[in-house]
Amino acid sequence: MFYIFCPHCEEHREEEEFHAAGQAHIPRPLDPEACSDKEWGEYLFFRDNPRGIHHELWVHAVGCRKFFNITRDTQTYEIKEVYKVGEKPKFTAVSETGADLKSSLKAQESAT
Amino acid sequence: MQKYSGFGLLKHALSHHENWQRVWRNPVPKKKYDVVIVGGGGHGLATAYYLAKVHNITNIAVLEKGYLGGGNTARNTTIVRSNYLWDESAKLYEHAMKLWEGLSQDLNYNVMFSQRGVLNLGHTLQDMRDISRRVNANRLNGIDGEVLDPQQIKEIVPMMDCSDRPRYPIMGASWQPRGGVARHDAVAWGFARAADALGVDLIQQCEVVDFIIEDGAATGVRTKTHGSISADRIGCVTAGNSSVMAKMAGFKLPLESHPLQALVSEPIKPILDTVVMSNHVHGYISQSDKGDLVIGAGIDGYNGYGQRGSYHTIEHTVQAIVELFPVFSRVRMNRQWGGIVDTCPDACPIISATPVENLFFNCGWGTGGFKATPGSGHVFAETLAAGEASEMAKPFSMFRFHDGALIDEHGAAGVAH
Ligand SMILES: Cc1cc2nc3c(=O)[nH]c(=O)nc-3n(C[C@H](O)[C@H](O)[C@H](O)COP(=O)(O)OP(=O)(O)OC[C@H]3O[C@@H](n4cnc5c(N)ncnc54)[C@H](O)[C@@H]3O)c2cc1C
Repeated sequence: MFYIFCPHCEEHREEEEFHAAGQAHIPRPLDPEACSDKEWGEYLFFRDNPRGIHHELWVHAVGCRKFFNITRDTQTYEIKEVYKVGEKPKFTAVSETGADLKSSLKAQESAT
Repeated sequence: MQKYSGFGLLKHALSHHENWQRVWRNPVPKKKYDVVIVGGGGHGLATAYYLAKVHNITNIAVLEKGYLGGGNTARNTTIVRSNYLWDESAKLYEHAMKLWEGLSQDLNYNVMFSQRGVLNLGHTLQDMRDISRRVNANRLNGIDGEVLDPQQIKEIVPMMDCSDRPRYPIMGASWQPRGGVARHDAVAWGFARAADALGVDLIQQCEVVDFIIEDGAATGVRTKTHGSISADRIGCVTAGNSSVMAKMAGFKLPLESHPLQALVSEPIKPILDTVVMSNHVHGYISQSDKGDLVIGAGIDGYNGYGQRGSYHTIEHTVQAIVELFPVFSRVRMNRQWGGIVDTCPDACPIISATPVENLFFNCGWGTGGFKATPGSGHVFAETLAAGEASEMAKPFSMFRFHDGALIDEHGAAGVAH
């Protein structure tokens, strides 16, 4: 059972109030029509699934209902940090595509 | 291989059962094999067995980082059924079902396959529509199935609460009489023993830490304990660890690894002689031959490799079970554990060639691959022997997530295990 700090409510609450929404920092392609099937498929379905540091999107489902990010170790389950959408994580892992998180954050910035 | 039989049992009783042959050898790995299988769970062992038996390829090693069958194979709730909605998956699981029906004889090992029937309950109008659709689809595919009303369910499981008292009353169910359970350890051990007898080297405590790839083709693996081992073809069957393995080979899979938990009660007298599953209230239950109630439910929502999940997930499961069976409310639970399941977006497996030549993956079985163990091994063996996806494996290519030809069991059948 996780005890999660919601950065919007600024309170620790029990895991049951939250919902894990998958990998964080996935930039939506700027022009979906221009994507190849492969690019669109990778955007929709292919995920980092690391044994170790992972950046995840969570939602405070039965609280403030806002989204935020968690950096968590998927092996030890230790929560390293909690940060709002749009903020940058302090703990970073190299993403599975080989591209590091910085460049995917950059892509996300230009997408939003 | 020493053949097991009733006569053998009597004979060995005379020497106080002290002269039984070891069940498999413990060989030192060779430098090179025709096929290396990474992962010694049920699926990996079945693959090796059918490669040797059906395709006469016996120069095979199975490399297992822990002990044989110690992964999800040892952790699952052993429900076997084949009533999937779509043609592709129905064919695959029914192929497995037919193999299950002769497996103990084939392996000369009692896998305790018990066709005690599986009920999938419906609690809403939509559940019932989906159930009718699925049962009709099953019948068209030659798979047994019936739609039952609460009265008929009551006849099969008299102590289940089929009244309108519960918050989600039972409105009906699908019933597959040929479904049931099998003994998970026996399945792994039976395949291991039979594969070993055909000359397959089973190497335990041998973790693969990298693939050797030259010019886009895999030529071997690097292990933590036994150095490099070359192979003409490699089959990776590592369930929850598959994304990590794919990363070693330089590509991504559409998988996420989640904890899935189960629990068993203290042993009680025979009370439940079938398998009951409910996707809506989300719990499923059967009773093992030892007498314990075997209970499971859904995954924990976050990614996790820790082989444990959160407590409230278990609590929800047990709530659902007590809602269905008020009589179990005072049964004490004995043990609880978790496995790491490799869930795929369309809840169907990946049996596939990969971007790396000579490297094949069999994964993505997620929460429901035990039932497929013989079929998965059979189909993957055919794929490895031919060097390309077999007819039954073709729809399960990892590249379906590029071209969009998903086999959407998740949305359609709401499949759990
Ligand atoms: C709690 C729970 C309940 C379930 N209930 C059901 C059910 O009722 N019915 C059903 O059909 N299915 C069920 N499943 C799913 C089922 O258990 C799996 O789909 C199936 O057992 C997968 O078999 P496998 O042989 O592929 O995996 P595993 O048995 O997990 O084998 C994979 C093996 O690969 C090894 N490995 C991993 N990495 C490496 C490496 N680098 N080098 C060497 N070896 C490696 C692991 O140690 C492991 O032994 C359940 C699963 C869980 C966790």
